[in-house]
Amino acid sequence: MSSLGPDTTAAAGPPSVPPAAAQVRVTRARRSTLAAAAAVVLIVAVLAYLPYLVYSGTTNLLVNFFTLLIMASMWNLLAGYAGLVSVGQQAFVGLGAYGVLLLASHGTSPFLAIPVATAACAVLGLPVWWLVSRLRSGYFAITMWVIASVCELIISQIPSFGGGTGTGLPGLPGNPTLLTADTYWATLACAVLALGVVYLLLRSRIGLVLTAVRDDETGARSVGVRVASTQRLVFLVAAAGCGVAGALYIVSQQFVEPTAAFSVLWSAKMIFITVIGGIGTIEGPIIGTIIYFVLQQTLAQYGTWYFIALGLVAMAIAIWARRGIWGLIADRFGIRLFGVGYWLSPAGPPDRDRGSR
Amino acid sequence: MSWVNAIIQGILLGGLYALFACGLSLMFGVMKVVNLAHGDLAVVAAYIGLGVIAITHVPAVWAFVIVVPVFAVIGYVLQRTLLQAALDRGVLTTLLVTFGLSVVIENGLQQFFSANSHSINIGSLVSDSFSIGSQITIAYLDLVILVVAVVVLLGLQYFLSASASGRLIRAVADDPEAAQISGVSYRHVFGIAAAIAFGTVALAGLAFGMYSQFDPTIGTDQLLLFAFEAVVIGGLGSLWGTLAGGILLGVAQQIGAQIGAQYELLAGQLFFLAVLVLRPQGITSRKETA
Amino acid sequence: MTQRNESAPVLDVRDLTVHHGQLRALHGVSLSLPAGGVHAIIGANGAGKSTLMRTIAGLHRPTAGSVLLDGADVTALRPERRVAAGIALVPEARRLFASLTLEENLLVGQTSARPGPWTLDEVYALFGWMRERRSQRAAQLSGGEQQAVAIGRALVANPRVLLLDELSLGLAPVVVRQIYDLLPRLVDSGLSVLLVEQDVSQALRVASYAHCLLEGRITLAGHPAELTTQQIEAAYFGVGVSA
Repeated sequence: MSSLGPDTTAAAGPPSVPPAAAQVRVTRARRSTLAAAAAVVLIVAVLAYLPYLVYSGTTNLLVNFFTLLIMASMWNLLAGYAGLVSVGQQAFVGLGAYGVLLLASHGTSPFLAIPVATAACAVLGLPVWWLVSRLRSGYFAITMWVIASVCELIISQIPSFGGGTGTGLPGLPGNPTLLTADTYWATLACAVLALGVVYLLLRSRIGLVLTAVRDDETGARSVGVRVASTQRLVFLVAAAGCGVAGALYIVSQQFVEPTAAFSVLWSAKMIFITVIGGIGTIEGPIIGTIIYFVLQQTLAQYGTWYFIALGLVAMAIAIWARRGIWGLIADRFGIRLFGVGYWLSPAGPPDRDRGSR
Repeated sequence: MSWVNAIIQGILLGGLYALFACGLSLMFGVMKVVNLAHGDLAVVAAYIGLGVIAITHVPAVWAFVIVVPVFAVIGYVLQRTLLQAALDRGVLTTLLVTFGLSVVIENGLQQFFSANSHSINIGSLVSDSFSIGSQITIAYLDLVILVVAVVVLLGLQYFLSASASGRLIRAVADDPEAAQISGVSYRHVFGIAAAIAFGTVALAGLAFGMYSQFDPTIGTDQLLLFAFEAVVIGGLGSLWGTLAGGILLGVAQQIGAQIGAQYELLAGQLFFLAVLVLRPQGITSRKETA
Repeated sequence: MTQRNESAPVLDVRDLTVHHGQLRALHGVSLSLPAGGVHAIIGANGAGKSTLMRTIAGLHRPTAGSVLLDGADVTALRPERRVAAGIALVPEARRLFASLTLEENLLVGQTSARPGPWTLDEVYALFGWMRERRSQRAAQLSGGEQQAVAIGRALVANPRVLLLDELSLGLAPVVVRQIYDLLPRLVDSGLSVLLVEQDVSQALRVASYAHCLLEGRITLAGHPAELTTQQIEAAYFGVGVSA
C-alpha cells in the first residue's frame, strides 16, 4: 500500500479551483478512495494466489493475521462506532470454535461448518443482547466477560467436547498441503467478507446513525434515531464476526480447549490492536494488526514483556493519541483509504475530527 | 445437614467477596468508573504481602500494617495521574486504560513470580477449626475474615456518613461540578475515594492469599468477576447491600459445590445472571437528573 | 453611561472569548463590577449569559481574555481555588447535593471558605425555616427552598463576588420576589452581586447596572433608569442592530 503514498497525498492536497463561491460539493469518494479500491482488488488477488508461491509457514502466519484482523475489526465496530465496550467477545470466539467442533463431530466438513457456526453465533447473540443491552457502559463490558466465563464453564462440562482438557478437530483433509491451502483460502475469504460487511455497514445509513449516536446519544435519540435496533444489529454482526474468527481458529489449530478458546486474551488483543491502530476508523484495525504482528515477530523471545509493552502503549495511545497510529497518519497527510465519511469541498482543509466530542 | 453446612460456608466466604466488592462499589459510586484492574490489584497485594513476609520474617498480620497503607497511597497517586487523565477523556478511555492496566499487571506478575501458585503462610491458623455437631466445621480463619469484612464495611459506612471527608465523597458522588463551585477539589476527593478502595482491595487480597492459593491470573479469572457480581447482586448504593451480595454469591457457589464440585463457579455466575434478569435496578442505563 | 464614582472594581472581566467546541459562545465580553454593586446580565436564551457566569466561576476555560478579582488575575485558577479567592456561583438549576441533608450542603459550601460574616447560624437567621429542617435531604425540599439552600451554600464561603445564575427558573413569582428582596442585606454584608435573569423587569428592579448580552456580545449597558424599553428590546432581540 506504500506505493499509493504520493498519489493519495496529491489527491488530498489543497483543493485547486473552487467550483463556485459559497457552493459546497458533497462527495463520498475521492481519488485516494478509488485508488484504494483498486489496490484492494489487486491485493486480494495476489493474496489468493499466494499458496502457489510461498511455503506453508507464511500462509499459516497470514491465517493468524487475518483471524486477528477480523476480530479487531469487529471490536472496532462495536466500541469505535456503536460505543459498546466489550471485554467478553471471547464468548463468541469460543462458541464459533466449539460450533465447528460440534458439527464436525457429527460428520460435517469443518469448512462447511464455518458459515453455520458463524450464523449460530449471530443467533446466540440475540439472547445475550437482550441481557446486556440495558446495561450502562462499564457494566456492559464486565457482564460480557461474565457471559464468556459462563460459556467456558458450561463447555468444560461437556465430555464429548473433551471437557476441560480439549480435543482435536475431526474431519479435516489428510493431505497437509491441501489442508494448509484450504485453511488459508477459507480465512482469506472470511476476512474479505467480514471487512466488506463492516465497510458496507458503515457506508450505509447505519454508519450515519452510529456516528450520530457516538457523538451524542441523547441528541440522536431526541431526533428519532433508532439507537437500540442499530446497536443490536452491530452487536449481532460483531457476534458473528468473532464467531467466524473462532471457527477459523479451531480449523487452523485443529485442536481446541476451553481455557484458550474463551481466554480474555482474545479481547485484550482485539482491544490493543484497535486502540493502537486507531479506534473508530476502518483503517485502524488493519494498521493495528500489522503493527501487532511486526512486534510479535520481533519481540516474541521476550515473553510476557511483549504483552506488557503492548498494554502500556495501548494505554498511552488511549489517553494521548486517541485516534491511534492511523489517526496520526490521516491527520498528517489528510488521507482516507476507505471513504465512509463525506468530503465537503471546498471548505478549507479536510478537518473532520471525529474523535473529539 | 450438609446443605446447612454449605450455606454456612457460603456465608463465611461471602465476607471475603464483600471485602473485594466494596472498593469496586465505592469507585463506581464516586467516580462512575468500573475498574477492570480491581481483581489484579488484589493479587498484587497478596504477592507484596508474600514478599514482605519472606524478606522481613514478620508475622503475617504485619503484612496488613505495611501493605494496606502502601496501597492507599498507590491508589491516591494512580487516581490523580493515570486514572484522572483517562476520566477526563470519557468512559471509553477509562475502560480501555483500566483494562490495559489489568493486562499489564497480570503479565508483570507472571514475569516476576512465574505462573505458579502461592499462598501466604499463616501456620496452623489456616486449618484450625471448631465443630458444631458432626457435620458443620467452621475454620477460625474464615470466621475472622467474615468478622473483618463486617467491621470494615461498618467502619466505611460510618466514615462516609459521619466524617467530613465522607461528606465530601458523597457530595462529589452526587455532582462533581457542583462540588467544585462549592470549593471542593473533586480530583482530590476522587483520590481519597481511590485510596480507600485500594486499601480495602489490599486487605481483601491479603485475606484471600491466606485463605487460598493464588496465581497471577486469578485476579481477572475470578476475583474481579466475583466482586462485580457481589456489587450487582446486592444492589448499588449501599455497603450493606454489598455485604448481602457477597454472602448471597458465596452461598450460591457453595450450594453449587454441594451439587458437584465442578458447579461451584457456574452456580455463582448463573445466580448473578438470574439477578440481572429479574431485578436489574441500579445498573441499567436510567437517566439521572443532572 | 459613566460608572458611578466607586473605587477599583471587585470583579473585572476583560475581553472574554469562550468557545464550546467550534462554537463561539462569548465574543470579547468586558465588564466590571464595583464593590457593593448589583449588576444584572439580561439577554435571550442562548445569548451566552450562563456561559459568562460559568467562565467567571472557572467552569469554562476562556480562549482569550481574563478574569480579575480585586486586581488579581484568577483566569488560570480552578473553580475550587476561585471560591477560596472569593468568587461563589449559585448555579442554574441550583445543583444541590441531592442525597445530602440541608446542613451537609451548607457544610460542603464551607470547604474553601474565607473568613467573614456568613456562618451557618447567619444563614439560618437569614432563612428562618432552615434550622428546623436542617436534617432533611436536599431532594425533599421545594424548588424555592432548594434555591435558598443554594444561596446559603454560596454565602458560607464568604465570597467577595456572588454570582446568581437564573434564580427565578422554575419558581413561583412570589418566591422569586422574596429571594430578590434579600439582596440588599447580602450587599450590606460586604459582597457584590452579578446576576443573570431572564425576567428583565425583575432584573432591572433589583440591579444598579445592567448589561445586555446578544449572541455572545454586550450590546447595551447602563443604569436601569437610563435605559428605554426600546433600547432594551433592540439589544435583547437584535432588532435594529446592524450585524
